Amino acid sequence: MSIAPLALHPAPFIQTTKTTPGIMRDVLLALTPPLLMSLYSFGPAALLIVGASTAGAVLTERIFSPQGRSSLLDNSGLLTGLLLGLTLPPGMPLWMAFVGGVVGMGLGKLIWGGLGQNLFNPALVGRAFLQAAFPTAITTWPARGDGWFSMPASVFAPPMLRLNVDAVTAATPLGLQKFENISTDLGQLALGATGGSLGETSALVIAICGLWLYSRRAFDWHIPVSMLTTVVLFSGALYLANPAVHPTPWFMLSSGGLMFGAVYMATDPVTSPTTSRGTLLFGVGVGLLVVLIRRFGGLPEGVMYAILLMNACTPLIERVSQPRPFGRGVNP
Amino acid sequence: MTRARAGTFDHGIHPADHKVHTEALVIERMPLGQRFSLLLGQHIGAPAKAVVRVGDEVRRGQRIADAGGFVSTSLHSPITGRVVSISDQRHPTGALQRSIVIEADPYDGQRLHTEAPVDPATLDEKAFVSHVQRGGLVGLGGAAFPSHVKYAVPDGKVAHTLALNGCECEPFLTSDHRTMVERPDAIVRGVDIIGARLGVKQADIGVELNKLDAIEALEAAVARRGAGAFPIHVRPLVVKYPQGAEKMLIKAMYDKEVPAGALPIDLGVVVNNVSTMASVADWFDRGEPLVDRIVTVSGPAVGRPSNLMVPIGTPIRDVLAYCDVVIDDHTQVVMGGPMMGMPVTTLDAPVLKGTSGLLVFREDDLRTDPAGPCIRCGRCLDACAVSLNPSMFGRLARAGLVDPMEDWHVMDCMECGACTYACPSHIPLIQLIRASKSQIRAKRAKNPGGKS
Repeated sequence: MSIAPLALHPAPFIQTTKTTPGIMRDVLLALTPPLLMSLYSFGPAALLIVGASTAGAVLTERIFSPQGRSSLLDNSGLLTGLLLGLTLPPGMPLWMAFVGGVVGMGLGKLIWGGLGQNLFNPALVGRAFLQAAFPTAITTWPARGDGWFSMPASVFAPPMLRLNVDAVTAATPLGLQKFENISTDLGQLALGATGGSLGETSALVIAICGLWLYSRRAFDWHIPVSMLTTVVLFSGALYLANPAVHPTPWFMLSSGGLMFGAVYMATDPVTSPTTSRGTLLFGVGVGLLVVLIRRFGGLPEGVMYAILLMNACTPLIERVSQPRPFGRGVNP
Repeated sequence: MTRARAGTFDHGIHPADHKVHTEALVIERMPLGQRFSLLLGQHIGAPAKAVVRVGDEVRRGQRIADAGGFVSTSLHSPITGRVVSISDQRHPTGALQRSIVIEADPYDGQRLHTEAPVDPATLDEKAFVSHVQRGGLVGLGGAAFPSHVKYAVPDGKVAHTLALNGCECEPFLTSDHRTMVERPDAIVRGVDIIGARLGVKQADIGVELNKLDAIEALEAAVARRGAGAFPIHVRPLVVKYPQGAEKMLIKAMYDKEVPAGALPIDLGVVVNNVSTMASVADWFDRGEPLVDRIVTVSGPAVGRPSNLMVPIGTPIRDVLAYCDVVIDDHTQVVMGGPMMGMPVTTLDAPVLKGTSGLLVFREDDLRTDPAGPCIRCGRCLDACAVSLNPSMFGRLARAGLVDPMEDWHVMDCMECGACTYACPSHIPLIQLIRASKSQIRAKRAKNPGGKS
C-alpha cells in the first residue's frame, strides 16, 4: 500500500474571481474618463501634472515599500498617484505634484506598513501636505489659455524658487459662490466646462464611472449613496431656510470635488469602515462635514478635509458598528 | 397551488454551482469491488465496536460492529465475503483508524441480507431510537452525525417541526438532488415515519431554486401521500451558500435564529437531510441497513462525472478509476463539497457514510497564489452567515493574538469557508480561524475553570 502523490490544498477549493489587483485595475479603468476629460479641458498640462504625481508615488513605493517589488503588482501605488494628480489645479508646478506623490505614498501609506495598514487616504494626505506647503499654488486656478496646447507657465516653475503666478486666473464655481455669491449653470457643472481641479470638473462623467464601478462590485455602495444623500438633504435644508445665501443642493452635488471624492476617495476600502452600518455612518459623516466646511468654514471646498477627518474616525466607527453575531442576544 | 416567496438567510455567498455536469445524470450502481475497509469511527461520536472476528464469513447487510456509546452507531458489511483483518487503515485525511477489512466472495450472488421490516407505530421512543441506531443510519449530508440521537428528544423539549434539508448548497454536489428526483416517495415516507415518532405539527422540505425538478417531484410525492398526521410542505429557497447549515436553514424557512450555543430542538425543530429520510424508509419498511450511499463524482479532472451508488468501504481509488480519473501529483482529490470538503491524502482510503461527493481538480484549477495584505474591503463580513468579523480574526490570528478572538466570538464560527471564498487578497482566513479555535480549545481543556 502506498500513499499516492496528490496535491494537498485546504478547503475552500473554489474562490471568487474578484482579486485585490483586479479591483485596483477596475478603479484605474474608471479613472480613465476623468483623465481624458481633464486632458480635453485643460490641455497637455493635465497629463504632465498627473504624470508627475504618479511618478512621485510609484517611485517612492518602488524604493521604500516594505513588500518590495511585489506591491507594484497590485496597482495601488499607481492609483494613489493618479488620484492625487486629478485633485490638483491645472497650473500646479510639476515639481510640487511630484513632491505631493512622494509625501502621499511615503507618509500616507508606507510609513504605516504599506497597503492595508494606513489610516488616512494616501492621495489626500499628499494633497493636504501640498495645501499646507504651497497654499497659493494649490488655490490658483489659471484661466484657459489661447489654444488647447497652451500651458500655464507656472507648470514649469523650477523647484524652491519664488512662484511666478500667472496674471490671469479664473475662479472655481465654489469660489465664485462662496466669495461673490455668483452661481454657475448646472449644465456647465455637469459637463465640466468650468474651472476646478483636473479630474473633478465633470460630475456627470464621474457619476457614470461610479455606476460602472458599482456594477463591477469594485466598491461598497453604502459610502457614496449615504454621503451624497446627506449632502443633498443637509444643503437642501439650508437652501429652503435661506435661498438668498445658500446654493441649491444640485449645485452642491455637482460642484467641486464632491462627486470625485464620493466615487474615488471616500470609497477607499482601507481607510473606511468594514461593516455595512459603519460605511453608512462614514458616508453620512463625510456629507455633513462637506456641507459644514463649504457653508460655514473658511474654505470654499471641504471634501478633502471631510474625508480625512472621517478616516480618523474609522476605528471608532468600527467599534460601534460591529454586527450582532447570529444567535447572540436572542432568546429561544 | 400557490408557492410562497422563496426564503433565505442574511449574508452568504453565490458561488457558481457547477451542478450542470451531474444534475441530470441518473444514479448509477457502481460494480461491487474486491476489498472493503469499514472504518469504525466514520461517524461523529464514539467509534463502533467490532462484533466479528478475523476469518468470519459475513453477508452483505450483516451487522459487523455495534454502537460504542449513545452518540455512535452500528456498521454493516457492504459485501458478502470474509473478514481478512481488523487493523488500522487510512482515513481520507491520512489518519490511521481501526477498521474491519472484508474481501468479497467472488462466487456469491451478493444479495442484500435484510432484516424483518418494522412497523414504526409499534415502537416507543426508546425502542425506535435503538432501532434506528441498529440500522447504522447517519446524516447523509456530509457530517455523518448518528441520526437516532436527534430522535431522542431531551426531557422538557418538544419537537413541533421537522425541517428537511434539501439545500445541497455546496457546488458540484448532486447526490441529494438526484435522490429527491428519483426517490421522492421514499423521502416522504421517511418524513412520515420520523414526523409521527416525534409528534410534529408540520414538516417542511427546503429545496433551493436551482433544483426545480426536485421541487416538482417532491410536491407530486406529497400530493400522492394525501392528508397524513401532519402537513408536509416543500419550501423553495433562494440559491445561496451556506444555506444547508442547519441554523441557516431554520432562519431561511422560519425566520428564527437559533441562539448561540443552543440547538434547533431548543426552538422545537429537528433538522434532517433529505437522503437520510430515504434511508429511514428503507430501514423500517424493507429492513435494509445503510450499506450503500450516493456519491457525486465530479470536478474539472473527472472524465465521466457521475452520481454513483457506492458500497460504503469501497476504496476511493476504485471509484475514481470507474469515472475515468487520471491521477498524478498535480491532482487534488476532495471528499465532500468544494467549500467544506477535505483534501484526500490517500486513494486507499475508503468511501465513508458521510462521503457525499468525490471531486477531482487539477492544481491549475485551484487558486494557489500567495496571500496579499488585507485591504479591509469588508467582503468577508458580508459573506459571513453568522455575522462575525473574519477580517478581524485574520488580523488577530496573524498577530498571534488568539485570546481576543474569543471575545469576538470566534467559537461561533461554523467554518463554512464563505469568508475565504470572498477574500480578494486570498488570505487563508478559514485556516487561521481553525488553528486559533483549536488553540482556544486546547487552552480550555487545560484550564476548565477559565473563560467559557
